[in-house]
Amino acid sequence: MNILVFAEQIDGSFKKSAFEAVSYASQIAQAHSGSVTAVVPGNVADDKLAELAKFGANKIVSIKHDNLNGFNAETYAKVICNTATAEGSSIVVISNTYSGKSVAPRVAARLKAGIASGVISMPNTTSGFVVRRSVFSGKAFADVNLTTAVKVLAITPNTFNTLENAQATNIANAEAGLADADFTTKSVEINRLTGKIPLTEAEIVISGGRGLKGPENWHLVEDLANALGAATACSKPVSDMHWRPHSEHVGQTGITIKPNLYIAIGISGAIQHLAGVSSSKVIVAINKDAEAPFFKAADYGIVGDAFEIMPKIIEAAKAFKVN
Amino acid sequence: MKILVCVSNVPDTTTKVTFTENNTQFNTAGVQFIINPYDELSLTRGLELTEKLGGTVTTITVGLADTEASIRKALAIGATDAVRINAVPTDAYFVAEQIAAYAKAENFDLIFTGRESIDYNGGQVCGLLAEMLGLPSVNVITSIEVDGSTATMERDIDGGKEKLSANLPLVVSAQKELTEPRIPNMRGIMAARTKPLKVVEPTASELTSAAVGFELPAPKGSVKLISVEEAGSLISILHNEAKII
Repeated sequence: MNILVFAEQIDGSFKKSAFEAVSYASQIAQAHSGSVTAVVPGNVADDKLAELAKFGANKIVSIKHDNLNGFNAETYAKVICNTATAEGSSIVVISNTYSGKSVAPRVAARLKAGIASGVISMPNTTSGFVVRRSVFSGKAFADVNLTTAVKVLAITPNTFNTLENAQATNIANAEAGLADADFTTKSVEINRLTGKIPLTEAEIVISGGRGLKGPENWHLVEDLANALGAATACSKPVSDMHWRPHSEHVGQTGITIKPNLYIAIGISGAIQHLAGVSSSKVIVAINKDAEAPFFKAADYGIVGDAFEIMPKIIEAAKAFKVN
Repeated sequence: MKILVCVSNVPDTTTKVTFTENNTQFNTAGVQFIINPYDELSLTRGLELTEKLGGTVTTITVGLADTEASIRKALAIGATDAVRINAVPTDAYFVAEQIAAYAKAENFDLIFTGRESIDYNGGQVCGLLAEMLGLPSVNVITSIEVDGSTATMERDIDGGKEKLSANLPLVVSAQKELTEPRIPNMRGIMAARTKPLKVVEPTASELTSAAVGFELPAPKGSVKLISVEEAGSLISILHNEAKII
């Protein structure tokens, strides 16, 4: 059995999510005496490609093409599927990042493969091929049986560990087999936040709600975030009132996150908000209302005025960092 | 310009999720169903584009007759007409196949889906549908403008934003910032009653996946409270007790 992993490169190097996907595939391979092939569209140097072997890729298929350096759903799907066919892969593993979410269903449709996205478990093959995924924005889990010969698994980032399992480096270059006309969407400009931790990758998230009374008080969130190396987030009302950008909104209709630590300041904990954050390992709620629903979902709570509480926590966090 | 908006009928965001039949079925008792919020954004943006450029906005829903309240609401918001594929939407693959089968002959210029449905969160229909129709796709768009046969968009990427352009026809999925949802007015609600709602029987399709069971997350233990005076001790508790920082 061959398992194909799409390893996404950004500007010629891999993010943690790519190594997580290779590690995930490698664990399936070990359980089923299979092999792992990683496919990398875009120009990546051999020493970078070799990093994938460290996490268990038996073979690395490098598809060098200037037009593949930036992500492109349609052409990436083509080269991933061509590789899957050439390798005889029966499982395709893709990290469910924004790019992954874009390309995984296209791969599934091309391969006529059943697809599960937001996967949070290894496959259980005792009866069929069952994976667990998060549904209802984290309010529940579903066990899904994929019944097709080829299967596509889009795994949730930040869920599976990267596990070293070094294999001999075996890099094969393959032709993209693409014409200019295949590039139907054109990237005009890419703006990535620099110096800020993307919310979906952050291990600690500090989040503020209406209880902070206005955008001018956000230094309370940002100072703690800076002290702890955390990302900042907010509740839906806060982004609706444009106190903070929509990209910071976590919850059922915003971003679903699962950091190690989530600190919610002045957020009551409506069911829609909890849906997006309840998978966090440890939750701290700070709210002046002792009846706030967040205290039922939190591990630690402080009932009181955020404007009195936060300076104490920020001071302690700064002291902690120094030590 | 001919626009198709895929509309999913989903439980209201305040729904307390429970299951029946030995945890194999979502319990719909007492649940209010709504238009998937991202599909509502798609619909509104579709209407804004046709108001500016001329054209029609058709909605399509895969669902049984009980989805018609949401479909009528979409018509009340302003859709020109609606199509309902008369089948239970078993999984995203099935839904995409049904929509593709209908859309193939209709030559839509632009097809909108939501970023994901807020019930099953697959986010798959956009890509599946585009591949089945042989069209380009751009997901999680936060803006779209159309000029002639070219669309320019912004989409979310990990840690930032990307600007792109693509030629129509095109399939896109709506992310939150795309626009503000429209609320139907009385005139729209009256007009919706007589707007065309075509019911189409599904085409044959092979099963690719099946949900075999559901589970609710384990409830949290009780919260440990820290006093306001001792608030600073949170950091050492997180370090020494929770071992998380």
